[in-house]
Amino acid sequence: MPKITYVAHDGVETVVDVAQDDTVMRGAVLNGIKGIVAQCGGGASCGTCHVYIDPENTKPLSQMHQVEDELLYFTACERKDNSRLSCQIPVTEEQDGLVVHMPEKQL
Amino acid sequence: MRGESVVVVGAGQAGCQVAVSLREQGHRGPITLIGDEAAAPYQRPPLTKAYLAGETDLAGLVLRQDSYYDDHGIKLVRNERVIGVDRQARVAVLGCARTVSYDHLVFATGARPRPLPIPGAEHVLNLRTVADADAIRQRLEGQIGLDVVVIGGGFIGLEFAAVVRKLRHEVTVVEAQPQVMQRAVSAETAQHLVSRHRSEGVQILTGTGVAAVREGLVELTDGTVLVADLVVAGIGVVPNTEVAQRAGLLVDNGIVVDAHLGTVDPRIYAVGDCARFASTHAGGLIRLESVQNATDQGTTVAAAILGSAEPYTALPWFWSDQYDVKLQTAGLTNGHDRTVTVGDPAEGRFSVFCFKNDKLIGIEAYNRPIDFLMGRRILEGGNRLTPEIVAQPGFDLRASQQRAA
Repeated sequence: MPKITYVAHDGVETVVDVAQDDTVMRGAVLNGIKGIVAQCGGGASCGTCHVYIDPENTKPLSQMHQVEDELLYFTACERKDNSRLSCQIPVTEEQDGLVVHMPEKQL
Repeated sequence: MRGESVVVVGAGQAGCQVAVSLREQGHRGPITLIGDEAAAPYQRPPLTKAYLAGETDLAGLVLRQDSYYDDHGIKLVRNERVIGVDRQARVAVLGCARTVSYDHLVFATGARPRPLPIPGAEHVLNLRTVADADAIRQRLEGQIGLDVVVIGGGFIGLEFAAVVRKLRHEVTVVEAQPQVMQRAVSAETAQHLVSRHRSEGVQILTGTGVAAVREGLVELTDGTVLVADLVVAGIGVVPNTEVAQRAGLLVDNGIVVDAHLGTVDPRIYAVGDCARFASTHAGGLIRLESVQNATDQGTTVAAAILGSAEPYTALPWFWSDQYDVKLQTAGLTNGHDRTVTVGDPAEGRFSVFCFKNDKLIGIEAYNRPIDFLMGRRILEGGNRLTPEIVAQPGFDLRASQQRAA
């Protein structure tokens, strides 16, 4: 299974196996990783699964749709160029090794 | 240090959240989470969407990995029902006659589909659990062009209709009220959803009840007879309150709880679909059936068990996906006496601002996620938007708040 690394705001890294076709958000929630809230459970409705993609990332990522783009203006922490909603990033073998950084807060 | 023990009756979204939040908030004592389904706690919204469409399986629905519960010291009991609560002895009695003692007990028993009070109801399927969805999927599997009749034009019925239409079946929705989703959204929003369904080829009949269901047929109260290979009902739910009632707790269309979600027994709480609580947003006792309510109440109760005195005041919000329409509501729009529509309804991107006595009570955002999120903040923060402000030509919610700030 693809491995995704979640880096908490305090720098603590957690690596988890994420099933094919699950999302980066679900990889965190299923394993009880704090730092991703996902109030709406993946409906692209709440903006509380905000992550920063690692600046060194070379893995291909899903394209950003309009709803995600708009929601990202309302995240609790500042939107940056590498901001994504993790519920909108499906995981396949291509994302194996992806590193995401979690913001200080989601609410 | 061995902390107090908590028993959560019901392992849906709300019950699971209670257990998860207790651990996240530092609870050290035993937690027992008891559910009557075979599956580990899972999300219900995808049952009418991705799961029904076959785009995800149960593994894509579960709220936590199986190992999570063990890893966090949460005893998950599946396929088991709590049949009684002895408040003097402080034990929950399971169907197998085993008992589990508690220091705190949380009812998260949810709700069940409202029975259809007509002849032939046994031919009608419901859609509430993963088992229900599996039964429906089985009936549709490998076929196209089946005649499917949906009884009830609420969110469940319309989401179901949208997915079944995409699976290339012929769909008719029968709604007894003059408007679909009458309890949940404004007439404007309902009308747009109806138009959208009709443009997809779904037939929607309003103001017509169902008189009877027979094998392969649905008879309407106006005499119409519809051919039906499959009949599914979504006419609302009734809260599961029987155990609470037998335990002597106050029950009135839900387990009645105070602002802290506590019952008359200081050791017993209720959350989620089964709880009837005093809402500052509704100005009275309500029950809410939503993910937002389940998770926020679960979190609030966990804090209450750990000694917090914070009342439950979260703003209700909700979403529904039908075709490519994302409808999101912030606040409770029920009971509005005036609406102002902003945006471009013809393009399918607009928001309906709902007012009561000139006060904004809710926003229905139809493919306008920004209005939804801004609306939540405005409604949470004590809003001063009036119908006159919103009705000004070129009104833009974001710009209006930037000016106000």
